[in-house]
This record gives sequence, C-alpha cells and structure tokens, in this order.
Amino acid sequence: MNIVEVEHLKVWDTHTNQAIVHDSSFTVRQGSCMAIVGESGSGKSVTCRALMRLNKPNMRQSGKMLFQGTDLNQLSEKEMRRRRGKQLCMILQQGMSAFDPSCMIGVHIRETLQTHYHWNTRELERRMRLAMESVMLRNPMDILNKYPHQLSGGMLQRIMIALALVLEPDLIIADEPTTALDTISQYEVLEQLIQLRERMGCSMIFISHDLGVVRKIADDVMVMKDGKIVEQGNMQSVLQEPTHAYTRYLVSTRLELSNHFKALMQEGS
Amino acid sequence: MLTVEQVEKSYVQGGLFSKHRQQVLKKVTLECRHGECLGIIGESGSGKSTLGRLMLGLESPDRGAIRLEGKDVKDRRVRMGRISAVFQNYTSSINPFLTVQDAIMEPMKALQKSAQGQQVHAKVDMLLTQVGLDSSYRTKYPHELSGGEAQRVCIARAVSTEPQYLVLDEAVSSLDVSVQIQVLQLLRSLKSLYKMSYVFITHDIQAAAYICDRFVFFREGQIEETVSVDRLKHVQSDYAQQLLSHLISL
Repeated sequence: MNIVEVEHLKVWDTHTNQAIVHDSSFTVRQGSCMAIVGESGSGKSVTCRALMRLNKPNMRQSGKMLFQGTDLNQLSEKEMRRRRGKQLCMILQQGMSAFDPSCMIGVHIRETLQTHYHWNTRELERRMRLAMESVMLRNPMDILNKYPHQLSGGMLQRIMIALALVLEPDLIIADEPTTALDTISQYEVLEQLIQLRERMGCSMIFISHDLGVVRKIADDVMVMKDGKIVEQGNMQSVLQEPTHAYTRYLVSTRLELSNHFKALMQEGS
Repeated sequence: MLTVEQVEKSYVQGGLFSKHRQQVLKKVTLECRHGECLGIIGESGSGKSTLGRLMLGLESPDRGAIRLEGKDVKDRRVRMGRISAVFQNYTSSINPFLTVQDAIMEPMKALQKSAQGQQVHAKVDMLLTQVGLDSSYRTKYPHELSGGEAQRVCIARAVSTEPQYLVLDEAVSSLDVSVQIQVLQLLRSLKSLYKMSYVFITHDIQAAAYICDRFVFFREGQIEETVSVDRLKHVQSDYAQQLLSHLISL
C-alpha cells in the first residue's frame, strides 16, 4: 500500500520559464521512511513543498500527486489547508524562522491546534505538555511562555516534533531537520524522529544532504541531481551498490570523511 | 605563536538597562603553535565563536589578553594582515555589490599593498587558481556563485594578505557533505603552501579530525580537555566521550 504516489511531477518558475523539478515519479510505502538526498539546489526541498503546495506563487506545478488516493493538485485551497498539519505535517530546517518571532511559542501552538481540533485550553495544554515531555523538553510550561529567540535551535526543532506528535499526521515531511544543529542535538533530534515513527507508525519523507544521517533513519532512498531523480531504491542496496556515478560520488565523499575518523579512532587500539 | 591568556568575556543579557551579565568565557588559556591546526570543538552556545572573534580583535576581552608573538592583538598594527578569518555564512560575508575580484582585493587595499592593472589581475588569477576556480570568476557577483564557490572566494580573500593565522569559524558547516570534503582538502593544501596555522572552530568532529592536529573541547565557556588528534580515542572527560559517542557516520 502506498501512501504517496507521485507521477510526472514538474515544477517550473513562471518568471524565467525554467524547470526546477523535471519529471519526478516516486512512491512512499505506508509506514516507511523515504529519504531524498542531493546537493543544495537539486530540487529536493521544492519537491516536498510541491507536495504541501507551499511553493511561492510564481512556481507552477503539474502532474499527479496521489495522497491516500486523492490528487492533491486537484484540491481547492480550503481543502488543502485542512490537510496541512493534520494529515501532512512539515518539520523545517530553521526553527528560528519557522516560528513567528513576535509571539510566544504557546500562542503559536494554540493557533495551530485550534485550527484542527476543537479542544478547550486545558485539554490543549495537557496534550502539549505530554508531547513535550516525551521529546525530553523539561518544564514545558516555561517553554510555552518563551519567545523563539530565547530558545536554542535544538529545542525549537523538538517543539516542532512535539507539535507533530499532538497533530498525529499520516505523513511527516522533514526538510533537513538536523542540518543546522550541533552533534549532540543532531543525535537527539534524530532519536526523537525515530521514536515518533515507532509510536505513531506514520510515514515519513526525510530530506538531507548527509548520507550518514539518512542511513540511520530511512528505509528507501531517492537521489536527486539538478531536478532529476538519478537513482532510487532500498537504502542498503543503494549504499552498497550504487549504480549511478553521482550516487557513487556522494557515497565516496562521505566515506572519505568518516573513514579518516574511524582510522583515527582505531589506530593502536 | 598565538596565545590566549586567562581570557574572560561577558555580555549584557536582557534589556538595554539590564544589570545581568552572562559570562561567556571563563578564564580560558590556550595556545596555537606555528604550523598547527587547532580544533576548537563545542556545542552551539559554548562560547567558541566568541573566542574566535576575540582572536580576530573584533571584540576585546574583559580580562586577560590575546597575544600574537607576545604582542597584544588589541593593537591593529599587530593583527592587520597577520590574522584572517573565514566565517560560516558565505552569503553575508561577501559584499553583494562587489565583483569577486574587488572582494578579493579588499584586504590588500586596506593594507595599501594594492598594485596596479596587470599585477592585480595576475595576483587575483593566482589566488583563484589556488582555491580551484578559474579566471572567468573574476567578474562574477556573489549571487552567481554556489555555496562552495562562495566559500572558496572567502578563502582566497583570507589568504590574499598571506596571514600567519587563519581563524575558520564553522567554515565548512553550512556546505553540503560532498563539497565539505573538497573545501577541507583545499584548506589542507593551502596550509602547507602558505605555512599558516589554523584555528578551526566547529561542532563537527569528523570534519575537525580530517584537518586538525590538536583538539580543544569547549563547554560553557571553559576548556574541558585538550588532546592531540592521535590520542583522540583516549579522551578522559565525560563531555568529550559523549560527543564522540553521538557521532553519526556512514
């Protein structure tokens, strides 16, 4: 059973008439995690924003995007809006710019939850507190009364994950959620994402340029270059026997970094 | 030798008239020797970037001193042309109104080392070749460059004055993994070419291990541990061990 089926997705810029995503077709199996890997500018974020229909107005898209059997491209803006957040949830790279800097985190979260559920304030607080505790955020009430600039990047990222926990979406799209974080927070956020999937059994699309991170979380992988999909398949088989030259290049550059480090750690032991 | 002696630094936190000061650096003492690459590793908010800014003389310490060959870097004449920097954010560190050539020539103009016509071309061409770009880049503007190319231009600009010390503040952290390795290799070759010493500030231990000779683990404004790279697996402090165990590798 596939939760997402994308066929011949094309995204182009109407100002310049340049195609950013040429002709993408891919599927995400129910309950699995698919990773999109590629260098910056390869169109991986644009693909995901096309799924959410959140690209800038000057970007047009065509093709079929089936989500649980309905074509997202055909939906009205109102229906699409009802699905965003509740069924398709996005976790962004920059926590700092994902939250409104002029209001407290709590206000932001209440607004989001009240759009989708008719809970009273107490119920809402209870659920949010539980979710925040489960992503290792201590003193949730303190955090809800703070502004985004008072919190660290890792914390904001975990608040976004907590929000996803409460919303219980069917599909989570994580757009480079760990790229802006340091080593320890990166590890923790990744653990939280893995647990989130185990707990809710939701499907996930995970975008990253780092094959090391992808290997830890994904079942399937799709490699993109210049708006085209160059290789897709099972994670292990793509990593072990990459067929396309570009995938081989990505794997070898990443390996060079970690092999050097591994050699250092093993020397003389 | 670049020495940091008992340096303390604090910032005012809260409003304009707030009395509360946050101590960012607490009695930090370290040294970067000639021809060495010193890695400063820490989480975000540990004060490692502040230390970098102090080394560059962009800010002055509350107490203590930073000395280059025994002279305080507070004096502009001591640090000018001798200590350069490459920062994380390549888009904001190049003036968008300048071409690549003008950007690279800026520090030399400040030092009044500017040469005329042909010489300028030759010098910029040489620097561009050294960082792996061809001379067609000379007339380009920053927005026409990719991340890796922009960072190469920043490196070319930093080495244009032939400095002794280069402070690399998260210089590869915002690049793609595949580009990171190219920039790290470039930094390695430039180091031996110019006989420079690096202060490599990062949170990425794998990138640091690729280039550094010595590691300083930094936490909450204090040095947790100093270790040479071949002794890395024998780290003592809990913090360093935690950092190493949380690595994600391929």
